[in-house]
This record gives sequence, structure tokens and C-alpha cells, in this order.
Amino acid sequence: MLIIGEKLSIIAKKVREAMMKKDKGPIQEIATRQWKEGSGIIDANIGPAEDGGEDLMQWMVTTIQEVVPLPVCLDTTNASAIEAGLKVHNNQWGRPLINSTSNDPERFPILELGAKYNSQVIGLTVGKGGLPADAEERAAIAADIMGRAMEYGVPLEDLYLDPLVLQIATSQDHALKVIEAIRMFQEMNDPPMKTVVGLSNISNGCPKHLRPILNKYYFLMLMNAGLTSAIADAREMAEALEEKKLFDDVLAGKEIEDAAKMQEMKKTIDVIKGNTLYAHSYLEM
Amino acid sequence: MAFTPTKETYSGKVYPVTVGTGETAVTFGGENVLPFHSFEGSIPNRPVIAMEIQDVPPSDWPENVRKPFEAVSDDPVKWAKFCQDELKAKAIALRLVGTHPDRENRSPEDASKTVKDVLAAITIPLIILGSNHAEKDSQVLVAVAEAAKDKNCLIGKAQEANYKTIAAAAMANNHKLIAMSELDINLSKQLNILISQMGFEKERLVTDPMCSALGYGIEYTYSVMERIRLAALTQNDTTMQPPMLGDVGMYVWKVKETQAPEADLPQWGSTEERGIAWEAVTATSLIIAGAELLIMRHPAAVAAVQKTLEELV
Repeated sequence: MLIIGEKLSIIAKKVREAMMKKDKGPIQEIATRQWKEGSGIIDANIGPAEDGGEDLMQWMVTTIQEVVPLPVCLDTTNASAIEAGLKVHNNQWGRPLINSTSNDPERFPILELGAKYNSQVIGLTVGKGGLPADAEERAAIAADIMGRAMEYGVPLEDLYLDPLVLQIATSQDHALKVIEAIRMFQEMNDPPMKTVVGLSNISNGCPKHLRPILNKYYFLMLMNAGLTSAIADAREMAEALEEKKLFDDVLAGKEIEDAAKMQEMKKTIDVIKGNTLYAHSYLEM
Repeated sequence: MAFTPTKETYSGKVYPVTVGTGETAVTFGGENVLPFHSFEGSIPNRPVIAMEIQDVPPSDWPENVRKPFEAVSDDPVKWAKFCQDELKAKAIALRLVGTHPDRENRSPEDASKTVKDVLAAITIPLIILGSNHAEKDSQVLVAVAEAAKDKNCLIGKAQEANYKTIAAAAMANNHKLIAMSELDINLSKQLNILISQMGFEKERLVTDPMCSALGYGIEYTYSVMERIRLAALTQNDTTMQPPMLGDVGMYVWKVKETQAPEADLPQWGSTEERGIAWEAVTATSLIIAGAELLIMRHPAAVAAVQKTLEELV
């Protein structure tokens, strides 16, 4: 399982301020922590970055790789910022990853960059027309992206398919559809396609204390479906892996000794599977 | 071989809720099947239609729905009696719209007096609605709950922003409570949980997932209601088992189709008929989605929906 450390995102206030001030300290501190916690790639999410995106991405890539011997995931919709980042990326620590191409024609040129710079690419299975309705639609978009990747010269083993995790608080029925899509994606090639999710979006909009619980157990269910990587909190995922055996027992309907933990797992499984309707207080019911 | 129709069995049941006291009390809910699926189980109670009146004259209602109440709507007591005695309403919904700060800004004391006067004049059950101003409602509804103590009214609407005070007042004065959330099934469940965590029995709740008129987003209301009912019946989700309210009249009688004059839009036909049909069709759609209680305005629309119910349930 490859964890792509999610913490260097412009959405986080501390990170955003450091990006604006080009203050290396907080960026390097967070990058180092994620590396030590088990991340294999560090995500650098600079947002749409319409002004000065090129400089910012180059600064992020070099700042991270100064202290951490890992590749970077270049995460922005600004293609020229991605190219700028790829130019300075130190491939000695591994090949970079681009987040992302999709079925939106505006995102096709990303594949050119992937081929030109020998980078791996995430293919987000959305089109221009909005969110995919189910696993089948995600798989159909995945097939389009795979065909296009080959056309542009990105080998399929360098493509990570991302089914787009949606918020459980508002789109509960998609939780299971995404798990199903992860299964379907693998069957679309031999060797199986690699897969990735933006994991923590599952718990976006949920109360703070619920977020790690939903993130961890959803991750374990995705892992059982064959997920190969996740943009996630490495520390949280390490905890999840420690609980995996217990969780698999509960998933299989077995009793475990810790009754409170069992209830927490059971109720979360029921919410993810859509057996019970999600509400912020679902654990208290 | 004889034909055997396929039947679904459901694990859950909608709570029956009774409003009012004595012989005229009404009960709705109680079924263990989807709307009109009486061949699969039991539907002990028909959906109930309450007729809407206001604490202040209905100057904001379009003419065609104002007209039937012209002689009585200057006084909520006369208006309530007219609905009960002349129109044979099964229940009255008194909307205290005059308490809204942007309207007459009537005080909680004024509202309490209106409620007492109306209660003294009628024997049928009373639903008491605030002005949908979260802050003001938490004062007004607390006062009127006390004024109507032990009359087993249905009070509302409690929302995320004010449910604590309103639920406490309904509990202390033995009323039923409407819990309203804005077209979001997960928030609707959450509000019911929060209210029951206060000690308010969920068997005394009515869920309002928020109404919308035909042509103005009714598909959202329909879909939320349908999913709430499916959660109640197929998943036995007790938090989703209170009956549901469709507050139809106030949404229907502000859309263009109920008001645009025939002179301007001759292809749309008679304004009066159109408005009545719009209200009746909106209400009937929501009954099909699972609503057990409706609040409506036009006597002819009420009669049409009542007739449908009598023929089908």
C-alpha cells in the first residue's frame, strides 16, 4: 500500500500561509513528519494556482525534496505549473506523480506532460458533465482515460485510476459505488490497473471526532477491494493497518473482545454499506 | 395455476401520531407498508388534511385562495370555526405569521391569546405553526405551547437552530412536535436524533423534510420523503419512523402558475381552476411519496384530495 501524504495542501491555513510567504520551515517540517510516518510520496496541492503557479510548484518540489528523499505528487489544475515542477523534480528519489488527468478535454494535455517527463499520472474518472452516477460509469470513463493514455504514450502501469471519493454526509450511496469501482478498475487490464483515492473526502463535512473513524475503516474496506494507494494521513493509515485484523473479523460477522470497538466498527460498516442512513450522530444510535 | 402477486415485506413501521383530544382527535401514520400498498400490510389511518388559517388577515395570499375565506379571515376565531363547521375540516393549522419581525411583529403574548381564543372556539385538533423565523419562533412557540397546555396540539417547526427550546416546551406541555430540516435526508435524521436525545419521545414527532410546489423542486421533496419512508420500512430505522408533513399551501400559493391571470396567459386557462389543481396535485404527489399529514389552503383542493384518499385508502 502506497500512502501519498495529504498534509501539504493549500486548504490548510498553516500550509497556505507558508506557501504565500515562501517560508520553508513549516513545509519541510510537515513533509518530514509524513515521510517518517510512512508516506511514500508527498502530495503538493497548490490549488488552481492561476498566478505564479510555476514558481510556487517549483518552490514546493525543491523545498520538499531538500529534506525528504521521496518523489512528489504535483497536485494542481494548472498544467504549466505541473510542467515547471516536473522540470526541477529530483527523480533520484523516485518518479513523480501528476494529479490529475480526467475525461475533461482541458485535462488531456496533462498526459503529454506525463509522457514527456516519464511521470506517473492519476486519472480521475470524471468527465466534463459532472459526477459519475455509479461504478459502471466510472469504469467507462476509466476505459476512455486508459485509451487516451496509450495514445499519448503513458504506459498503463504508470496510470493510477481514481474513482473520486464523495462525502458520506451528502452522497452516502457513492461510498459503496467507489469500492465497487476499485474492483472493476483492476479487471480492466492484466496486470491489474493501479488505483488511488483521495481518502479523507469521505469524511469531509462530518464532525471532527468522526473523521478518523470513517477514514480508517473506509480505507480498510477499499484495501480489501484491492486499492493500491491513497492520498491520506499516513499516521491515521498506520493506525488503520494495526486494526485491520480486528476489523476484518467484524466485517466477517465475528465477535471481538473490545465491545465498544466492535460497535464502532459495525456501525461504521453499516453506514458505508448503506445499511443505515448516515447522520452525524450515527455512532450514538 | 392461480396468479399470486409479488409482495414485499417490511421490517419497520411508521409511528401513529394522534393530535387533539376526545372524539375529534385525529391519528395519522401507523402503516407498515409504502403509501397505498394496503395489499402488502396494514394502513390503519388515512393521511390527514389540516386547513391553514393565519393570526393576521391573509393579505399575502392570492385572490383566488383569499376569496373563499373573505367573510371570516379578518378574525382567526371566525376563520377557524368556518373551517370546522362549514368546510368540515378534520384539523386546523394556525400559522402565526404575524409574529414575524418583518410582518406585524406580534408578541408571544398576542400569539398566546390568539391560540387560546381559537382553541376555545373549536373542538377539532389544532396545529400551531410559527412564522419560520428561527429566533422569534423560539419565543413565540414556547409561549403558545404553554397557552395550549394539555390540548395535545402539534407544534412547530423545530429546526436545527431552535429545536432545544421548542422541543422542551412541547415536552413540558404535552404536545406533539414538528421537526423541520431543509431538504436533506441526513440532516433530517440528525435533527430527529438530537431531539430524541433531549428525552423527547420519537413517537411524538412529525418530520417535515421541507415542501416544494409542483414545478418548483417537488422532485427533491418527493425523493427525500421516499427515502425517509424506505429507511423507516426496509431498514427499520426508528429515527425515520415518525410520520411526515407536507406543508403544501404556503408553497403552492406563491408560484406563478397559481396566480398568473388568464388574460395574460389564455393558453393556461382559468386562474382559479389552475390554482386549485396545482395545490391538489402537489398534495397528492406528496401523499404518494409518503406524507401522512398535509396543510392546505383552498377548500376545493382539500375536497379533491380528500375524495382521492377516500377512494384509495
